[in-house]
Amino acid sequence: MVEPAWAWSLLREMPSSKEVGHEIIEELLAALTAAGWDGRDFFHVQMAASEAMVNAVTHGNQEADDKTVEVEFKVSETAAYLRFRDEGQGFCPDDLPDPRDDDHLECTNGRGVMLIRELMTEVHYNDSGNEVEMVKHRNTETESAETA
Amino acid sequence: MTDRRRIIVATIGELATVRFIDKKIIDSTNIEEMGSELLAMVDDDRLKHILLNFDGVEFLSSAALNKLILLDKKVKQVGGVLRLCNLRAEIMEVFTITRLNRVFDIRTSESDALKAFGVPS
Repeated sequence: MVEPAWAWSLLREMPSSKEVGHEIIEELLAALTAAGWDGRDFFHVQMAASEAMVNAVTHGNQEADDKTVEVEFKVSETAAYLRFRDEGQGFCPDDLPDPRDDDHLECTNGRGVMLIRELMTEVHYNDSGNEVEMVKHRNTETESAETA
Repeated sequence: MTDRRRIIVATIGELATVRFIDKKIIDSTNIEEMGSELLAMVDDDRLKHILLNFDGVEFLSSAALNKLILLDKKVKQVGGVLRLCNLRAEIMEVFTITRLNRVFDIRTSESDALKAFGVPS
């Protein structure tokens, strides 16, 4: 993955708590704002971070008190790097059904992994499936999403 | 009337227009509360048609999307109609990526949505 000159970074081991995870993501969002991120790119990173954190805490660690999630964030003006490593058994992201298929469209779970892939520039899972790394390259041109 | 902490509801007959308290629908506990309050409109308050107005909502997670799908199923069970309106562009993009824009009837503004419900502007 590309290694820009990072303006901010964070490496932390957090408990299997979504509340703590959201607090750490708030630190990421503050760093993104300080680096000039806004709009669509900011939203994409926020969404991917939130979905990956919830997956690590709930699906990975099963919210177990004796398990932790290792979180690493790096932010520059042009890129953001996120890494989440849980202590779960891991999973194979390619084995998940596509929630966009007609048969799964109204399922009430299973969209997080697909959203991360769609919203981030690069996404990589380790072989055991308990660590995800992702990068977002900021779109410097103003680009508005499709509106309703 | 159900005690509500996550949504504000105004009713016109069997039609409920709903606004959200939270700008960011992200906290797990709040999402559970929001989901319960949405379903209670149909189950307890016997409201049949629902308009969700996302004015002011800046973010929602996939867990929140799941609650909207549950509400859509519930509304269909009672023969009602669920519509959404005022989604900011980034949130609309999430509905497009997930193809949930094919599940939900999404309108640009509240007045457009109310017209679709047959409510005169």
